[in-house]
Amino acid sequence: MTRRLDVLVCSGAACVSSHSAAVRDALFREIESSGLSDEIRLVETGCMGPCELGPVMLVYPDGAFYVHVTPEDASEIVEEHFLKGRPVKRLLWEDPEARRIVEGKKQVPFFEKQKKVVLANCGRIDPENIEEYIAANGYEALGEALTQMAPNEVIQVITDSGLRGRGGAGFPTGRKWQFVASATGGTKYVVCNGDEGDPGAFMDRSLLEGDPHAVIEGMTIAAYAVGASRGYIYIRAEYPLAIKRLQIALAAARKAGLLGEDILETGFSFDIEVRMGAGAFVCGEETALIASIEGERGIARVRPPYPAVRGLFGMPTLINNVETWGNIRHIILNGADWFRSIGTEGSPGTKVFALSGKVQNTGLVEIPMGMTLRELIFDIGGGVPNGKRFKAVQTGGPSGGCIPEEFLDTPIDYESLKELGAIMGSGGMIVMDEDNCMVNIAKFFLEFTSDESCGQCVPCRVGLRRMLDILKRITSGNGRMADLDLLKHLGKMIIETSFCGLGKTAPNPVLSTLKYFHEEYREHIEEKKCRAKVCTDLITYHIDEDTCRACGVCAKNCPAEAITGEIGKPPYVINEEACVRCGTCLEVCPFGAVKLESGAL
Amino acid sequence: MKLEDLRKIREQAAKGLSLRTGEARIKVIVGMGTSGIAAGARDVLAAFLDEISKRDLRDVMVTQTGERGLSSSEPVVEVRQADGSVIVYGDMTAKKARRVVAEHIVNGNPVSEYTIEVRTE
Repeated sequence: MTRRLDVLVCSGAACVSSHSAAVRDALFREIESSGLSDEIRLVETGCMGPCELGPVMLVYPDGAFYVHVTPEDASEIVEEHFLKGRPVKRLLWEDPEARRIVEGKKQVPFFEKQKKVVLANCGRIDPENIEEYIAANGYEALGEALTQMAPNEVIQVITDSGLRGRGGAGFPTGRKWQFVASATGGTKYVVCNGDEGDPGAFMDRSLLEGDPHAVIEGMTIAAYAVGASRGYIYIRAEYPLAIKRLQIALAAARKAGLLGEDILETGFSFDIEVRMGAGAFVCGEETALIASIEGERGIARVRPPYPAVRGLFGMPTLINNVETWGNIRHIILNGADWFRSIGTEGSPGTKVFALSGKVQNTGLVEIPMGMTLRELIFDIGGGVPNGKRFKAVQTGGPSGGCIPEEFLDTPIDYESLKELGAIMGSGGMIVMDEDNCMVNIAKFFLEFTSDESCGQCVPCRVGLRRMLDILKRITSGNGRMADLDLLKHLGKMIIETSFCGLGKTAPNPVLSTLKYFHEEYREHIEEKKCRAKVCTDLITYHIDEDTCRACGVCAKNCPAEAITGEIGKPPYVINEEACVRCGTCLEVCPFGAVKLESGAL
Repeated sequence: MKLEDLRKIREQAAKGLSLRTGEARIKVIVGMGTSGIAAGARDVLAAFLDEISKRDLRDVMVTQTGERGLSSSEPVVEVRQADGSVIVYGDMTAKKARRVVAEHIVNGNPVSEYTIEVRTE
């Protein structure tokens, strides 16, 4: 019997946590009981991208895109859509701007403006089924490289493509491969850096979960090109689903003769092992990562010698990021010119971003390089929700910087972002609106990096602490204007003198917010005012006498018993000394009588 | 496994992904509204699927649609070719479906006696 429908249920981590497994089970039962099992195939895929809308599912061939599906919806979907051919309109994705129901996935602007290369298989194939990967042209690039190309030809294609490291620094990938190929030493190693640690970033996790074979194939091609025989995938232990799918994929590839001894009967042998990290941010730094694989404490080592010369176990080692590996097979199959036709001159290809924060469509997106920040945030991301005003976008996580509104038309490429004091980074993109306090954001990132500092060198260990102390002082209303120069001075010094990338980039969020949001820092210091009303030491709650109806709800809900009054006799009064500034009264007041203020009082 | 073997596996496996590409030479769309189902559209659909599978026709996609308003002619089936030509058949049965597969889809000769509409898109 020919299958007539493929039902793809997203099982990326975001959808799993919104109970996509229950939806899948309910659909399975309904399909069985309707006698449609032969005609319809239920497939679990990797992340489809719009995590905000999860659990999501796609029905082919119509391309109907269902969002926020619950197990209770299963019977209606099967009965109406699968049986009678009438898509269930109330569950189809609706364009919030046009208020129109979108019937096909192609019409959704979230998908329309993206260019899926690395993520092409994510959300389309079953990541636990090697046959589906093979059907999607999987392992063809490896086959071609092994049978028709010399190792140096493979490196040449990667060099010509202009691919740059997707981990953030943007080092030319081909050149890195060349270094390792030219290095001499016993066993050479290929390593995949999957230690994705930036808050709010989930690009690597999604690719490993959704298309693990692409990473394995990329690494195997590289191993052939540089003459390596062993590989390691270093991945955070906090990514259990990605680890599970990787292990299934590795076993399937070995069984099929696509990994291990005598790959595709060409005489080339290469095998990969998974190593789990314990969640230290510094292990994303390549030399710390190497130390961690070796079983040592994860701290950075002196470079040079670079890992390409003396890396893992003292041998020449090629380290690339997950997304970089995901690009390799496409470049081998389609050629360097094709890759260069996407993106910009200096930054060819696409980039995957994890869009989060104050944006309508949070999720995973892939765009051609050179698209402007505005297009990414407003067209694909759908802009800032709840009618709030856009304030800034943070790229590059704790190593990156905040970019204000006036630079929204900047194209997304390595150089342009660097010029603004931010970095491309691995792909975290956090959107902020008027309710975000930029001083507090800088403090948040610095809290993260000073916690994650390995403590090996003084500038990072002590310097970041001192910067954090100053920021805490400013946000609690005890700052001095001279603190701002001190922050800049410390930041510059830490960047210049830190041992590894962690310290060298950690001051960026502070320096970029100081540059673009100086006024907010000044207000915190001189006016004791936090305009976003976030910094608890600088805000006060009070009850407006004229609006208060003395219903007593605020007093009843106040956890600090800081509100007094008598029912029916307005107004109620907040005792500022006792108030803990939790905001509960503001939330519960049915008359909007509770006011939140900062500075002016 | 050699590269040739890999390609053989791919050829087989690609069939399994064809639904997700939307690239088919011919699309057979069976009207599956309430009146279509009442008139026997499910049997027609099953016959199409069975016949296409038996003949191993990989570039034909069978899909479904809702009510089209021609209740008196149900079950209604639309056969669309990649060139944009559309033939609509009415009053279909399982037997007629098998004939449409043999004559129209395989041999390229639409079955005129079942045809209720011809158009190009």
